Amino acid sequence: MSATIAGLARSGPGAFGRFARGAGRFARQQPLGTLGLLVILLMAAAALGADLVSPYDPEAADFAAMLAPPSPDHILGTDSFGRDILTRLLFGARTALTIGLASSFLGCAAGGLLGLTAAYWGGRVDMLLQQLVDIILAFPIIVLALVVVALVGRNTVAGIDLNLIAAIAVPIVPRAERVIRAAALGVRAMPYIDAARAGGYGDGYIILRHMAPNVMAPFLVLLSAYVAQAILLEASLSFLGLGVTEPKPAWGLMLSGDSANFYQEAPWMILFPGLAISLAVFAFNLFGDSLRDWLDPKFRT
Amino acid sequence: MTDRTDGLRRREALGLGLGLPALLWAGPGHAAATGEPKRGGTLIYSVAAEPPTYDLTATSTFAVMHRLAPHYSTLLQFEPGNYPNIVGDLAESWTEAPDKMTYTFKLRDKVVFHDGTPCEAADVKATYDRMRAPPTGVISSRQPSFAQIASVETPDRLTVVFRMKAVDASITDTFASPWNSIFSAAKLTSDPNYPGRVVMGTGPFRFVEHVPGSHWVGTRFDGYFRAGHPYLDGFRAITMAPSAMVNALAGRQIMAEFRGVTPNERDRIVRALGKDTEVEESSWMLHMICTFNCQKKPFDDPRVRRALSLAMDRWGGSASLSKVSQLGPVGGLVRPGSTWSATSAEMEKWPGYGRDLAANRAEARRLLKEAGQENLQLTLLDRNIQPYITAGVFMIDQWRQIGVKVDHQQVELAAWYAAQNSGNFEVLVDSFTQFSDDPTNVLVKYVSYDKAEVAVAHATDRELDRLFDEQGRTVEVAARKALVRQFETRAMDQAYAVPVLWWQRIVAMNKEVRGWSMSPTHMIYQDLSDVWLAT
Amino acid sequence: MLSFIIRRIALMVPTLLGVAVLTFFLLRVVPGDVVEVKLRSDGASVTQATVQAERVRLGLDRPLVNQFGSWMGGLVTGDLGTSMWTGRPVSQEIGVRLSLTLQVAVMAAIIAVVIAVPLGTLSALFRDTWLDYAVRIFTIAGLAVPSFWLGMLIVLSLLTVFHWSPPVTYTPFWRDPVQNMSQLIWPALAVGYRYAAVVARMVRSSVLEVLREDYIRTARAKGVWESHVVVRHAMRNAMLPAVTVVGLEFAFLIGGLVVTEQVFNLNGIGRLFVEAVTRSDFVLVQALIMFLALVFVVTNLVVDLLYGVLDPRVRPGA
Repeated sequence: MSATIAGLARSGPGAFGRFARGAGRFARQQPLGTLGLLVILLMAAAALGADLVSPYDPEAADFAAMLAPPSPDHILGTDSFGRDILTRLLFGARTALTIGLASSFLGCAAGGLLGLTAAYWGGRVDMLLQQLVDIILAFPIIVLALVVVALVGRNTVAGIDLNLIAAIAVPIVPRAERVIRAAALGVRAMPYIDAARAGGYGDGYIILRHMAPNVMAPFLVLLSAYVAQAILLEASLSFLGLGVTEPKPAWGLMLSGDSANFYQEAPWMILFPGLAISLAVFAFNLFGDSLRDWLDPKFRT
Repeated sequence: MTDRTDGLRRREALGLGLGLPALLWAGPGHAAATGEPKRGGTLIYSVAAEPPTYDLTATSTFAVMHRLAPHYSTLLQFEPGNYPNIVGDLAESWTEAPDKMTYTFKLRDKVVFHDGTPCEAADVKATYDRMRAPPTGVISSRQPSFAQIASVETPDRLTVVFRMKAVDASITDTFASPWNSIFSAAKLTSDPNYPGRVVMGTGPFRFVEHVPGSHWVGTRFDGYFRAGHPYLDGFRAITMAPSAMVNALAGRQIMAEFRGVTPNERDRIVRALGKDTEVEESSWMLHMICTFNCQKKPFDDPRVRRALSLAMDRWGGSASLSKVSQLGPVGGLVRPGSTWSATSAEMEKWPGYGRDLAANRAEARRLLKEAGQENLQLTLLDRNIQPYITAGVFMIDQWRQIGVKVDHQQVELAAWYAAQNSGNFEVLVDSFTQFSDDPTNVLVKYVSYDKAEVAVAHATDRELDRLFDEQGRTVEVAARKALVRQFETRAMDQAYAVPVLWWQRIVAMNKEVRGWSMSPTHMIYQDLSDVWLAT
Repeated sequence: MLSFIIRRIALMVPTLLGVAVLTFFLLRVVPGDVVEVKLRSDGASVTQATVQAERVRLGLDRPLVNQFGSWMGGLVTGDLGTSMWTGRPVSQEIGVRLSLTLQVAVMAAIIAVVIAVPLGTLSALFRDTWLDYAVRIFTIAGLAVPSFWLGMLIVLSLLTVFHWSPPVTYTPFWRDPVQNMSQLIWPALAVGYRYAAVVARMVRSSVLEVLREDYIRTARAKGVWESHVVVRHAMRNAMLPAVTVVGLEFAFLIGGLVVTEQVFNLNGIGRLFVEAVTRSDFVLVQALIMFLALVFVVTNLVVDLLYGVLDPRVRPGA
């Protein structure tokens, strides 16, 4: 299956057809994973179309409608500022998916590149990189993210928290590096890599053109697994007050502060954001698991 | 002059209209009405933060006050149940010279410290000298307050005489400050920093233990100079975050929390404890301020500042925000409900305090246009806790309606302080708290930056400085009030920093706690000497 | 064996050194410092001179290199320094809170193993049945539900349904086991659920892998499924990766308790860490990070050794 992925990575005629056939097979063999994928796509659609679908502005306070229960006016109720919860959930999906995907991609790509480099060069470079990775891995994930956030502060560009994305990506880098390095070692041992070096091809070219496509499978699995982690991490950081900040909508943020105080008169304030986080992470985990099952020859029965 | 019900008001019914029966709201003096004090029992209450030190002179956070106050006494104090009247604590009586340049205190006899040594004039002198001129290695947050004291003398063992450099109309309030705990001169000589690590005073309770992060225990001091007090056998202060505190009160794990809760926390507690709840409410000596950095364009232009202040619907904001946060009454630079406060009619003349919202907003837009700032975009620096966040969201919402775009930056306490001093901000969600209503203590926030470091608007206004100094010298109340009003009018007009809303103090506790006095500040009445338990 | 242990410990040193250096210099970049927070809370008017004096007293004005030097020196002698916030020794601050966090972590681990091993095994044995699907959904939900949200729901449910809230101060187990348990069982459950999910998944996949082994398939074909010898041997092999995961997750857990302790108002290491970061108490943050890194590295070492004990193939020198 890695060959197929590698084949897909090479663009060319019929690539889309191969992709479509692959997707169809996936849907048949991995029902749970397909379910996860559908939920993800639904969320993405909601996030992208939030502007169009949402009845309200997520940041518009409406003090006349504070703590309103679910009703035709506000399908999921309102919070203590009178902001519509459904709207904030939809825009929160945008925040969660943006940050989750961006951090995961950034972390896995950086980690993957490091892993490829370590596997390619071997020797001292590899040992040095391993030691550095060991050091970063010694920090618990949330500790690392906390410290990075405290360090770089908050920096929003076009409404996106770049520093938060970086902070969440940092713990992912070493974990991705480990996995990709292990996979890349196998590829490095292949004779055609040495042949390419002998043939005078540049190191960067070999890494990107020959090694990278062959670690696509574990890379994709990592990507989906860490999106889930990233979403959870962002929720935790926002809950602690160190992630996305008011008045921007974010699921973890909606759970923090004194939302617990409104538990009895407005339980929807706590239930829905928590459900949203769980659903997103659930979907990505289902999909990631099934992807790994599908791509890993050992589990084909 | 002192108004007994100053700042305290009765609540007739719950604001949210949730249909709960009107419960037993208490007013002042309820302790006397509810029976004879009983001796015994341990009061368990919560404090939301850990104390960074044990030295009341070196700090100004309630986290220290709520734990240390029961162990110490002060020279004068505010009279329990009768704020803002001042009576003696360690002082039996005192006299002011007619020219207000000398204050003579007669101390009580036979007062002892927890270690048995007597407390006399020498200890008061040592404590005050340490506060106004701290030796190296000692921090005194009280230095600025005592700048006008020229010397402290002790003609005999129970008399202390303070001589002033100049007339200071606020000095009596300063003497009554709860922060001026009296330390042992003998111990201070051997270790001037002992108060930071060792708890040893003349207060109603003796120190037992402090488990960091967890709890603080005190037990009755049998040698306390007020006979029959304290009623409690001891107390236990537990460190708890506010959300945990509400759960613990509701679950009857703790009996009280003395700083203040939000209206929703109060409702949750009332719902859980039912008729066992005791709620007291008052305006608070804390207010939220919108501070402009007057050294940064375009905030050096008074039109821009005034426009942004005009756009805020303070009355409407107060009505809505007081339901969900600790933000409450509308006020000027001095606490609404205090004797120094302007009336509502006087307030409505200030920019941003008028009732005609449409006119205010139109004027705001006009001013911005005139200043060439029609599409103003600014960064609002805020703290990342409530109710600062609520205030920030409110301000942003108000400014959106005159076309101003705001980036809301929320930072940790350390970064917030750093930004203020370095001038690294555009507009700041600021706050100010004091332990007394005296204008000298309160107006200092609004003078020129080179005069007071807390005036972080980085402005220079010599007229305001002049008015401030003059009111500080004026003892006659009516004249002083007029000066305060002049100060306020000018400050509101120039808008270097403008009040947004004052806070409301809501204290909810279990009804079995009796004898505690409510006031507009959470820093006083915490020595627990009058508190008793009704179970 | 001993030389193996010594070699592994020696390998720990550069990692810990790297953590120390990285932490120290990272923290010094943070704007704002502990002194302002300490002195100015609740709006006191303190002069800049006072603030500066306190800064000098804490040694914050010395060149970075000097500060680093004294910290490293302290680490070697076991002196972690004094908290910039309270002035108490760091070892005291940590010591008071360590037993609580440790106890919650251990309880979570026990809960996890007790739930995960049977469920994971059954799920593998009855693969692709409704039981398998139920367990898989249960485990994936465990990974998905944020533990702090679960914690909030637990606390609020206890309050609403039973009108009861857990004890608010920590009593050590040996002093009052009932009080202790009634406080700590809830956070242990909130965190243990996720822990159980991770372990169950690992148990399931490793049991599946073992079941595919030739000798098992032969035994099943021969109808000796009930053979205890075969089953015990298979299970023992299957448990190896599970042990690894239990160990690794334990190390992650200590860091992960950061958020849970906020929700349950526990006076533990996690909450201390958040407070220290919030106050820019560098000394305490550094010490805590070193401590957590040490826990992680040591746990890895223990897991490796355990693996060696359990699996003869992996034993060094075999």
